[in-house]
Amino acid sequence: MAPVIDTLRLTAEEAATLLEGGEVSAGELRAAYLDAIAERDPQLHCFLKTVDESEGDGVPIALKDVISTKGVETTAGSKILSGYVPVFDSTVAARCKDAGLQLLGKTNTDEFAMGSSTENSAFGPSRNPWDPTRVPGGSGGGSAAAVTAGMAPWALGSDTGGSIKQPSALCGNVGLRPTYGSVSRYGIVAFASSLDQVGPVAKTVRDAALLYSIIAGRDRCDSTTAELPEPVRLPEGDSLAGLRIGVPTELNEAEGIEPGVREAVRKAIELAEGLGAEVGECSLPRSVRYGLPCYYLIAPAEASSNLSRYDGVRFGIRAEGESYQELVERTRDEGFGDEPKRRIMLGTYALSAGYYDAFYGQAQKVRTLIIDEHREAFDRFDVLACPTSPTVAFPIGERAADPLAMYASDLLTIPSCLAGLPGLSIPCGLSDRLPVGLQLIGPQFGENLLFRVGHALEEAIGFDTVPLRWRTRSDPVRGQIPARVGSDPTGLTPEETV
Amino acid sequence: MTWEPVIGLEVHAHLKTRTKMFCRCAVGFGAEPNTQTCPVCLAFPGALPVVNRTAVEWTIKLGLALDCKIAEHAVFSRKNYFYFDNPKGYQISQYDLPSCMNGKMILPTAEGNRAIGIVRAHIEEDAAKTVHVGGRTGRIRGADYSLVDFNRGGTPLVEIVTAPDIRSAEEAKRFLQLLRQTIVELGISDAEMEKGTLRVDANVSVRPEGSDELRTRTELKNMNSFNFVARGIDAEIARQIEVWESGGEVRQETYDFDATTGALTPHRAKEEADDYRYFPEPDLVPVEPPVELVERLRAELPELPAARIRRLEAELDLDRAIVLVTGGLDRLWADSVAEGADKIAVANVIANNLVGAGIDPDAVSAKELARLVKARDRIPRFVFDEAIAKLGEPGFSADPYLAQEAVSDEAELEPIVARILEANPGQVAAYRGGKDGLLGFFVGQVMKETGGKANARVVSELVRARLNAP
Repeated sequence: MAPVIDTLRLTAEEAATLLEGGEVSAGELRAAYLDAIAERDPQLHCFLKTVDESEGDGVPIALKDVISTKGVETTAGSKILSGYVPVFDSTVAARCKDAGLQLLGKTNTDEFAMGSSTENSAFGPSRNPWDPTRVPGGSGGGSAAAVTAGMAPWALGSDTGGSIKQPSALCGNVGLRPTYGSVSRYGIVAFASSLDQVGPVAKTVRDAALLYSIIAGRDRCDSTTAELPEPVRLPEGDSLAGLRIGVPTELNEAEGIEPGVREAVRKAIELAEGLGAEVGECSLPRSVRYGLPCYYLIAPAEASSNLSRYDGVRFGIRAEGESYQELVERTRDEGFGDEPKRRIMLGTYALSAGYYDAFYGQAQKVRTLIIDEHREAFDRFDVLACPTSPTVAFPIGERAADPLAMYASDLLTIPSCLAGLPGLSIPCGLSDRLPVGLQLIGPQFGENLLFRVGHALEEAIGFDTVPLRWRTRSDPVRGQIPARVGSDPTGLTPEETV
Repeated sequence: MTWEPVIGLEVHAHLKTRTKMFCRCAVGFGAEPNTQTCPVCLAFPGALPVVNRTAVEWTIKLGLALDCKIAEHAVFSRKNYFYFDNPKGYQISQYDLPSCMNGKMILPTAEGNRAIGIVRAHIEEDAAKTVHVGGRTGRIRGADYSLVDFNRGGTPLVEIVTAPDIRSAEEAKRFLQLLRQTIVELGISDAEMEKGTLRVDANVSVRPEGSDELRTRTELKNMNSFNFVARGIDAEIARQIEVWESGGEVRQETYDFDATTGALTPHRAKEEADDYRYFPEPDLVPVEPPVELVERLRAELPELPAARIRRLEAELDLDRAIVLVTGGLDRLWADSVAEGADKIAVANVIANNLVGAGIDPDAVSAKELARLVKARDRIPRFVFDEAIAKLGEPGFSADPYLAQEAVSDEAELEPIVARILEANPGQVAAYRGGKDGLLGFFVGQVMKETGGKANARVVSELVRARLNAP
């Protein structure tokens, strides 16, 4: 008899062990996740598409829908790409295939990865497994929520200003935004080329490291990639002796950080001290003050150009017109949602003659300052620590009508993204019964360091990634599906309805 | 008032690399439409450009040949505009930081060397080819539909921009011929205007002689030969002078030159200034060629056409030197001279007969050519012409032609000459009245009479002697 697979708890590493030991077959493993998707995705809407059959006999994986997959529709959450089936695999998809990973499906995202809640998806928002009335974060909310809800052991996301880290924080799992240039962008539907980076979402730091080792490294098809300076090491052990952790004042005391978030992060940093780390304060004044405005000039400017190719001529939807001009205008008007349109307009303006120096040019100078400021911080510290998101998951609809409030969700993730640095978000506790993410920022190509710190803290914190509403009264036993999972169509446990 | 033309040129040359500028698709012409394409040059979502190393090296080589400063840090930018021949919505082109800057090309002239400034030479990619079907003009307006062939999209181009240093249409033509020959000899482009692998736009203005102002310029496009460039520039100079002299004002416009009518028609009225929103291409890293590479490329440069013109001028004259060098004929000339041919005679044969017969100079044996030129007076004219026409054939030998001696015997030719003169008393009178040019007529008649077998030089002497006799 096939073993019962508890996809809510099974890590990718454990799944690989089961496969290697012949305890489950690739097909049984896949079936378990497809069952979980069938059960929970109607409520959570993490998948834009599931794949019935896939090559590979390894651990299954879900890919954010900005990642081109040969023969599998890739929409980037946009109507303008509906029906578009890539004729080529992105490099990361190809590397996953080469590693034997089975594709489960494509996960929901804000349109063109522009957003912090998945509410900008043309195909409807995803929901947070901890509380389905709340957002899973974004833009990679589909991938993050899918991993938390046991619908995939791990997933890939893409991060421009926080789209991996923030959803992982809000969904209570581990997300890595790698060093810019360590993972190929070939085949990733581009948002902002100088910022976009693909990375893993997983239940554990070791899983994240494993997946990172599969996708990272120089790709001849992406000129901005580099060979990793050292191989990826799976983290072990719990000592942080000798490690210097910097706590940037501005990133920990910014206005808008919820008290519960601040408290959970403070406790995690204390734990690190207990594990032997030296903790000290540092300052990134300009990075935090100018990060957001700088980002909202550079990212839309690049996006306005990257999104020019969606003209209805070669792929995706086409709205007919009497002339080329009319065809393009109608296609783009019908195909793009409000957020891409807003950013195209912002970016076009920032690049326009007479405004370039004041906006895009100036933002690039500020970016250099931000890079320098981070470099100075890393002269004194090995990693920096702060909250990933100022708040826990917010209710669906709360910020949808207020772009500036939505943009503020990324206040703490954006500065290090502008500096091209890696950031790891790990769950560090609950606030209002919702997960809080701790953000660890490393120096360029400092992923191994982040894995080491993240792993040690993860063990010390002992966070349970299974949402409260799905936990059973008795301690869950690995290898068994908790009795209540999916049995309540409202998705709410009796406890939560009180 | 005397007006001085001020002309600058923008020259685009297709680089004949094996693959496109930013992807591995083959470059080439004549393939089925849209078969030389891939996700990159069709701009599918997520596809990224990768710079063609050879294209960069060749551009640097050209820059060195044009005496440019080679940038240690060149940057590709995006030029943003919507058109269906531009699938990404932007063209990738070097912009404010091109690979080559501040060079010059020396144009040898009778008055000495003219240095034409090269502002820049930069790399960019070509657009796709569009065909507008229906409508009368082949233009998009009025067309029933348009077809796009992306095979050409992404072909590497080098754009060379001159300073406004050119002062006449003739000088523009000479500059272009020399530039083209330089490009061809570097082996980086076929540079054929007829095939579109070389395109020239001219910026033209005029100013009062002696002034150093720069007046409003116009741009001429769509001229597909050097002669048309010259004619277009001349027409535009005349038009502008006319405008200024009639109290008008030249407006900044773009014109198409129609070679059949000689007319200039406005290309398109720009309603607003183009704003291409250039910014550095974030998908590519800067081009930073190592010093060793630049020095290796410099060492690989052949002796350039301008220098060879100066060298040949000492042995021939400037015009012949220019014709031979810009026609790529000087190596054959030098080899033929080494084989004993007369310098001037073989220069003329190469520049006139050989080029006229459309023979590839590289296929010609200098030794056989020299033998023919040396025997030119000895063999009948038609035999000589026949031999020239066959010079390009593999294994050509002059022997059978040299065996056919021309009739040089005066005793045999004299009666024929006398008969011809008698038969044409009117022409004889005209000649004696001063129409020297009729000499050729008489010689031609004699040649005709002898079936082309007479030695033309001997006939000419006999005719002249008889006509000049009292």
